[in-house]
Amino acid sequence: MAAEQASMLSQHAFFKGLAPEVIDLVASCAQEIEFSAGQYICHEADQADQFYVLLQGHVALQISSPGRGARTFLTVGAGEVFGVNWLVAPYRWTYDAKALDDTKAVVLNAVCLRHKCEADHDLGFELMKRVMPILIERLHICRIQLLDLYLKQN
Amino acid sequence: MSIIAIHKCSPIDTLDMQQMVPKLARVKSYFSDAPDVSTLEVEMADGVPVNYAPGQFNMLTVFGVGEAAISISGAPNGARLIHTIRDVGAVSHALTRLKPGDLLGLRGPFGIGWPIRAAHSKDVLIVAGGLGLAPLRSVLYHVLSHRVKFGVVTLLYGARQPEDILYQSEIAYWRESCEINVALTVDHADVKWPGRVGVVTQLIDQAKFDPQNTLAMVCGPEVMMRFVAAALVEREIDAENIFLSMERNMKCAIGHCGHCQFGPNFLCRDGPVLSYEKLRPLLKVKEL
Amino acid sequence: MTDINVLTLDDLQILLENLREDGHALIAPQLQDGVIVYDQVEGLDALPRGITDIQTPGGYQTHKTEAPSLFHYVVGPHSWKKFLHLPELQLWRANKRSEEIHISPPEPPSVKTAFIGVRACEVKAIALQDKVLIHSGVVDGAYKIRRDNAFILAVDCARAGGSCFCVSMQSGPSVEGNYDLALTEILTPNHIFLVRSNSEAGEKILKKIPHRPATPEEIETGQEIVAQTAANMGRAMPDTNIARLLSQNLQHPHWDTIASRCLSCANCTMVCPTCFCTTVEDVSDLKMEEFSRERRWDSCFNLDFSYLHGGAARSSTAARYRQWMTHKLSSWIDQFGTSGCVGCGRCITWCPVGIDLTQETKVIYDDQLG
Repeated sequence: MAAEQASMLSQHAFFKGLAPEVIDLVASCAQEIEFSAGQYICHEADQADQFYVLLQGHVALQISSPGRGARTFLTVGAGEVFGVNWLVAPYRWTYDAKALDDTKAVVLNAVCLRHKCEADHDLGFELMKRVMPILIERLHICRIQLLDLYLKQN
Repeated sequence: MSIIAIHKCSPIDTLDMQQMVPKLARVKSYFSDAPDVSTLEVEMADGVPVNYAPGQFNMLTVFGVGEAAISISGAPNGARLIHTIRDVGAVSHALTRLKPGDLLGLRGPFGIGWPIRAAHSKDVLIVAGGLGLAPLRSVLYHVLSHRVKFGVVTLLYGARQPEDILYQSEIAYWRESCEINVALTVDHADVKWPGRVGVVTQLIDQAKFDPQNTLAMVCGPEVMMRFVAAALVEREIDAENIFLSMERNMKCAIGHCGHCQFGPNFLCRDGPVLSYEKLRPLLKVKEL
Repeated sequence: MTDINVLTLDDLQILLENLREDGHALIAPQLQDGVIVYDQVEGLDALPRGITDIQTPGGYQTHKTEAPSLFHYVVGPHSWKKFLHLPELQLWRANKRSEEIHISPPEPPSVKTAFIGVRACEVKAIALQDKVLIHSGVVDGAYKIRRDNAFILAVDCARAGGSCFCVSMQSGPSVEGNYDLALTEILTPNHIFLVRSNSEAGEKILKKIPHRPATPEEIETGQEIVAQTAANMGRAMPDTNIARLLSQNLQHPHWDTIASRCLSCANCTMVCPTCFCTTVEDVSDLKMEEFSRERRWDSCFNLDFSYLHGGAARSSTAARYRQWMTHKLSSWIDQFGTSGCVGCGRCITWCPVGIDLTQETKVIYDDQLG
């Protein structure tokens, strides 16, 4: 029921400060979903039509290469979100996401969300305002990781 | 259990062990490209020239150590057996320690190379990552010596650090020749590096080519090739006009030992160069 | 339709003697340590008369019966590939004298063989290895020479084994394809062997030994025996395009379920009559003057089979099991135009945990239907 989703979303950090009517709009694209530990949530190169709002559990974002296997470059947990490729064509996942433990989330249908954002630019702007800081922070994290600060300097 | 011969039978033909037994070759020259990378030129001991196509590879034997698959990285006057080798294991380590005059074994060339003829009259986009430039260098040489046959030619090359950039003098020459567009980037650098720092996919946006009439050839670490190919498709190059050079464990190079399989493809004889059209569904499967 | 003749036990013994005089080493089934294996024999007496086998997933037993039959069992852990695609083979030798290295290919083998009692599934398995090692580009000289010098005396199966499923793989129980002579053993009213030939070599040797044309009743008896065998298969592959089923389900969670049981012991690949993977090792003496390259059987279940860039490309058991099964049942078709499985059931019998690939295929198939 959309009302249940709306309630869950309004308690999540990502949607903090969003007006109830706006949350309802978003909730109409939402569904509850659960993953058990070890289950893949998405695969690299698949169609990215989902935006995940995590309520419980931990998810590893991974890229897999032959000989080295799957490497986690970031983990996200309750109160966080993942999946931004639904914002940018060609809308494809650029990593695998795997549930590390039993995970509960609200999944937002991106096709639905994109339509709503096109129809209501205020909604669009509110979502972008919230996605941007996350992206900027992740970019910063990535740079620090790249610097390999702990590598032994010869 | 051994089979005991009861009666010797009449003459049996000599075994046809062609392509399973190496021929003798000698190191002609040696160049150190980077701390763990060297380029060896070899010549056959019997002097018979070996014809190869860009993208093919040889199986090089260091006697007493083993054999490894090394792609041929071409040379200006063609048919010179040049191999760029990275020290990653016992055999490659031994290969990078060979000196001019040393003997080695050679089997080859093997594999399906780059689709150069299909690139005639097209723009050519070459995207290389790390050691991936080695098998693509032959393409660049070929293209430069038949320049009129091709449209706009672009090389996008990403290396780990400035000291790992291969063929530096040649890259400078290609840049100056103005016959190909060259864009370079490194993943990490200190302040002395005046060039770009970032990943090679970022170079694609700035590259100028007609996507409807471009043939792309990509070689490098598999993760890099996956993201480059996806980015090229996004730039509207057809998947069947994008080619990747794949790598897996190789032992026999003749399609008999089973090691180099990637899905149903024996990389030694159905590859190593394959179209992204064919590879895309396979690249999605982990641990294939 | 080929002529069908009849041989008595004595005639069959004479046939074997002729093969020996012709220079063939006779390789036949023998009971050793309770297991039917293939080994060199001198004559019919060495065959495991009256022995029968009970095969189940992960289980193998033999016991003696009163039946006089020479072929009352089905296939054991050995397959004929151990005589054609040798488990160990030297590919070349080299020696270094002063600054010169001289490389030489191996000596050709100097023996002909006669395989006695080759089953329908095995005749097909040999043909499949011929396809890989002779007819797919580069010829494996060592295989070809042994293959060209192997006489195949096949036999139809008079009973279904517990693990096998040749009917659903269209590879038996009646011998077809590339063989020299094929027998059907009949016990009543007399112990005889129907014999048919399918090559010049088969014809030639048949002419040299006593035989008589089979009667219509005998031919019918032979057909009934084979029909009985076909009707009693214990298992079958699902009736569907298995190659497509598997290639479309490479990320199915069932691979992980199988992997939780699979020990990656590689037994299945060792006993499989069509598995052909090998590896090589370069050997030298301490003075670094004598070198050789030794080839031996390998298995895709081995961790270092897919070694690449510091690790295995297929490090999980699930990935390795998937590689074996999808290669055998799916990729083989893309590579060689035919399934790699002949339904001999060895992988089921000799798997220590009794994994049955017909069952595992069925699980994925049922999931697709549902």
